[in-house]
Amino acid sequence: MVDLSVKIGDLTFQNPIQPASGAFSWEYNEVIDLNRLGALVAKTICREPRLGNPTPRMAETEAGIIQSIGLPGKGIEYFLENIVPEYAKFEPPLVVSVSSESIEDFAAMARELSVPDVDVIECNISCPTRNTTGGNFALQEEHTKEVMSAIRAATDKPVWAKLSPNAGDIVSIALAAEEAGADALVIANTFLSLKIRTDNFRPALGNKFGGMVSPALKPIVLRMVYQVAKEVKIPVIGVGGVTKAEDVVEYMLAGAHSVGIGYAGFRNPTALTTIIDDLETWCDERGIEKITDLIGAVKDDDMEMDTLTAASHGV
Amino acid sequence: MTDLSSNENYTNSAIPVGGHDPHPDKPSGEFLTNVVSNEWVNGEYKLLVLEAASRALNAYAGQFFHLLCPSPDGAEVWMRRPMSIYRIDRAAGQLEFLYKCEGRGTQGMAMLRSGDTFNIAGPLGIGFTLDPAWKNIVVLGRGVGLATLAPLSQLAAENGVGVTAVLSARKSELVMSEDLFQELGATTVSVVDEDGSSDVGNVEEILEGLVADGKADAFFTCGSSRLLRLMQTLGKKHDIPGQVAMEQIMVCGIGACYVCMRTFEVNGEKVLRRVCREGPVFNMQEAVGW
Repeated sequence: MVDLSVKIGDLTFQNPIQPASGAFSWEYNEVIDLNRLGALVAKTICREPRLGNPTPRMAETEAGIIQSIGLPGKGIEYFLENIVPEYAKFEPPLVVSVSSESIEDFAAMARELSVPDVDVIECNISCPTRNTTGGNFALQEEHTKEVMSAIRAATDKPVWAKLSPNAGDIVSIALAAEEAGADALVIANTFLSLKIRTDNFRPALGNKFGGMVSPALKPIVLRMVYQVAKEVKIPVIGVGGVTKAEDVVEYMLAGAHSVGIGYAGFRNPTALTTIIDDLETWCDERGIEKITDLIGAVKDDDMEMDTLTAASHGV
Repeated sequence: MTDLSSNENYTNSAIPVGGHDPHPDKPSGEFLTNVVSNEWVNGEYKLLVLEAASRALNAYAGQFFHLLCPSPDGAEVWMRRPMSIYRIDRAAGQLEFLYKCEGRGTQGMAMLRSGDTFNIAGPLGIGFTLDPAWKNIVVLGRGVGLATLAPLSQLAAENGVGVTAVLSARKSELVMSEDLFQELGATTVSVVDEDGSSDVGNVEEILEGLVADGKADAFFTCGSSRLLRLMQTLGKKHDIPGQVAMEQIMVCGIGACYVCMRTFEVNGEKVLRRVCREGPVFNMQEAVGW
């Protein structure tokens, strides 16, 4: 039977399937066995309690949903006292996602979250509905480097940088995060989007803009993962549009060490554990002994491409 | 028969009727039900009867299922649709949903035929609760809200609690569930817009009469902001506790995504709560109308 385990930095994950931050909470244990997941990923935490954005927070479009939640939560103190213990009841490593509007506070929060039950700090430096002065550092290399360097200096825990698909050149941002000391890259957050209702001429979301969540994102994010993985030495976690085991395989072929899943778990609460089962079957049927053999195994060396029109990175 | 809800791009482990249940102790699950029937009850509403695995039947009044509706038009229906349970028939192994064909989700549901399969997740949320001290309750619903309140009469009957149901609708043919309420021993009063009997003033008189007769140990409502406010006012005036079932656009249904928020007022302070998790049934006095 295939060995599904993957290593990201010094941490071993029993399989490459983890929930995407924001799309998951321990309450999913009421439907599936959380101990089967590669990792548990908590919702992004901010220092102060936040109510989040006005409703409606979700709208359906032709090609997926757009949502704008606004990072609601009860603040870091409540999180450490009440939420971390909820996740500590389960075995997989706990990835804690964190966001802040200032570099100093980001670093301070990373320090405060460095408790024994937290295994990884995922730096949500890319919340799509925030601007560059509101916590979306991942649009520019300089901001990315500054915030990730400060976080790196503040904690010994592994730090993952969650990048934005809305950046002009995600490879440069990825290199900046790597240089600043990130242990892994999560690619990507959601795409900034807008829907306008034609019945009343108003934006469909209470917060106007939202992030797009959809299987439609998979080819786009896959391309980003491919380009980044060619350039960086640290592991990449691919997040965007995974709904089945073959999608996981695709991301790993493109160079990802693991994948985060959001939409599929919204649509089918049993999706994540089913994808783990299906991935195992897929590998066994093909005689693949270690899932890690798939990482970056895309066969593209011998392709004849028009160098004038090919994208600038990673081809 | 076509399995309208299956799509090989979307992986899941929904439990079919009679299928192996890997998590018999978990409160919720994903179930592949069999459509028994799906008939019109009037010009706007249909009744969907499903055969479901036994764990799905652990549902109780006021809880909901998250329904993976087939597409009515070939384009994707991205998210499930939350729907409260209309009737739970454990002896027959069946769940029923009464719904108004309105949006794309319910239009897709309307296409389900006997023999189709239908993926539902649940039961989810906190439903109605009955205090053992209550001997008689009043339920007041309007439109599709009556479908949510109907199983409450089932729960009340099982607990020997008397029910008076005030059923409000635009016109008499859209007053639903009257038979079901009566079958379960409830006294029903129908009020409709077409003769003005559904006016808040008239409904207030009816409720005051029930309070005076000692028939209102608790209030329950669903489906109308106007009627919620009326019950809140009378509840405060006579110190009668109450519960309201609410709805909101929903994504995960499990408590993870924080999409389905509504505002509540607790001790003068505004708080947001998840309809899927802290509800869909809430303390009536804390609810804010919409």
